[in-house]
Amino acid sequence: MRFTGSASYVTTRDLNLAVNAAITLQRPLLIKGEPGTGKTMLAEEVAAALGLPLFQWHIKSTTKAQQGLYEYDAVSRLRDSQLGEARVADIGSYIVKGVLWQAFECETASVVLIDEIDKADIEFPNDLLRELDRMEFFVYETRQTVRARQRPVVVITSNNEKELPDAFLRRCFFHYIRFPDRETMKSIVDVHFPGLKPALLREALEVFFELREIPGLKKKPSTSELLDWLKLLLAEDIPPEVLRSKEQKAAIPPLHGALLKNEQDVHLFERLIFMARHNR
Amino acid sequence: MLIDFFLHLKASRLPVSIKEFLTLLEALRQHVIEHSIDDFYLLSRTVLVKDESHFDKFDRAFGEYFKGVEALPGMEVLIPEDWLRRAVRKHLSDAERARLEKLGWEKLMETFRQQLAEQKERHSGGSKWIGSGGSSPFGHGGTHPEGIRLGGRSENRSAVKVWERREYRNLDDSVELGTRNIKVALRRLRRFAREGAAEELDLEGTIAGTARNAGWLDLKLRPERHNAVKVLLLLDIGGSMDDHIRVCEELFSACRSEFKHLEHYYFHNCVYDHLWRDNRRRHSERIATHDVLHRYGGDYKLILVGDAAMSPYELLQPNGSIEFNNAEPGAAWLRRLADTWPHTIWLNPESEHSWQYRQSTALIRNLLGGRMFPLTLDGLERGMRLLSK
Repeated sequence: MRFTGSASYVTTRDLNLAVNAAITLQRPLLIKGEPGTGKTMLAEEVAAALGLPLFQWHIKSTTKAQQGLYEYDAVSRLRDSQLGEARVADIGSYIVKGVLWQAFECETASVVLIDEIDKADIEFPNDLLRELDRMEFFVYETRQTVRARQRPVVVITSNNEKELPDAFLRRCFFHYIRFPDRETMKSIVDVHFPGLKPALLREALEVFFELREIPGLKKKPSTSELLDWLKLLLAEDIPPEVLRSKEQKAAIPPLHGALLKNEQDVHLFERLIFMARHNR
Repeated sequence: MLIDFFLHLKASRLPVSIKEFLTLLEALRQHVIEHSIDDFYLLSRTVLVKDESHFDKFDRAFGEYFKGVEALPGMEVLIPEDWLRRAVRKHLSDAERARLEKLGWEKLMETFRQQLAEQKERHSGGSKWIGSGGSSPFGHGGTHPEGIRLGGRSENRSAVKVWERREYRNLDDSVELGTRNIKVALRRLRRFAREGAAEELDLEGTIAGTARNAGWLDLKLRPERHNAVKVLLLLDIGGSMDDHIRVCEELFSACRSEFKHLEHYYFHNCVYDHLWRDNRRRHSERIATHDVLHRYGGDYKLILVGDAAMSPYELLQPNGSIEFNNAEPGAAWLRRLADTWPHTIWLNPESEHSWQYRQSTALIRNLLGGRMFPLTLDGLERGMRLLSK
């Protein structure tokens, strides 16, 4: 199994290498990077490229590690017992399997995505140490041990909102998705909008990277914003000349709302343009 | 050889562990990569470094350790002229080759051979010898317009380029400090507690209660969990603090959204009899410091932000304040604050190594028992760790 990117997802060499190392050595791969650089997409693409099923576990601030393994539905059992149902006797029918259990049970190898692990409580990664290391866990209610038939490929994404514990990090491989340079960006756009007029692309990238250069932006536009913006430009059928007519940053690029998502950023940007106009 | 590499990383104060090193060796044994230094760089970074803020450190350490390995495969081997000619053709444009004539091809080769013979050790910098980073015509990364890049560039993007460009410099955690980073650091202070109205179903309690009731449903409710930490923020404003306004604003806005119980007041240079809440109305609406001392209980955590740059008189003498006649010296007030709130720290936007040159900074630091931290991400972390104890 080797991952080399896919038709709809452009990877860099270092990312390929990290993914392949994680697959070969069967370690979880921790992915960080600016928002909108395709961290979550990676797991989907790896699963698609290798032809493996994908199990997704999206983490929220209330998520507990236990929920990824299994949950004991005590409330239904309680209710059933009050109603005198027959299945109450079997505790197993109240065990709800979590994402990791499903992946462990899978006949083939699989890909598990643990998305935005930093959203969860600070102890969350620690609670998963053994499960991710040995790929097995114990179900107290039924006294059984669940072991992975095939070790799944685990991809974990983080937005850096919390620091992850050292013990956890030591078990992972780590990759930081850098913001793509102009060349990579071009190939990413090519993949998403084949046959885009080269002139439009050139002008759009020009505007885009210029925008990223503005100091003091709260949220710099990223790859996904660029793709959205291009989609809008195409939908509105805006000719490249409009982008070029910006005359030394003196005009607001069309549909800039797709690129700047923060009110303060838009204000800052408009102020800068106003100043540029004024100085001419 | 790799053990040396590992120890070198360790000596460069990268947090690498033996387990990770063994994993790297295992990866090499399983042929995850071909024999290429570029791939080795990427692989070792993936396996050994777990935080992008260490990437820069790693790049430097890697560069130091492998300097020369890529530059020339064995100095004593005489490089065939053909090969070198080809290399030059590949890397130089026609115009550049024309310029190369300035020195003359024959002359260039001759000098090169001569230097290879004379040179005994690896060399970097300087303007004559073969090596890296200098302005000699030979070696790589130099500035000489007629230089030859030795070692040949691999077809992929050269990794040397990556680690020498030090692209991750601005991710190093002593540098960047944005609202978001501050928030992350402040999270250390979070103390979750359940207080207030009971609105959430306490599942565990319900089950236990019901079991105790022999099966009769006994619903238990409990209050929602929230951050219960209380913070009192005192900010120095005006004068020498004007340079640091942006950082302080960011700190302030980050604090604002992070804590439910956050109170803030301003002072100028040092705390005296009065504080104020709104800087525009500082003369009309001020509050006696004694009132503040009594209003907020000892469970508040006090964070003072200021550059501690003032004349020592402002701290030590009555009437020393530059603004009004204070009956008690600033030091007395500071001591009073520290006594009222045992959890007190001072954040200083000036860089840490400049503190020793200012008398007032040293004085305040002593008054607070050394609890002064720089307003960098690292300093903030240390401060918060102390406060959360």
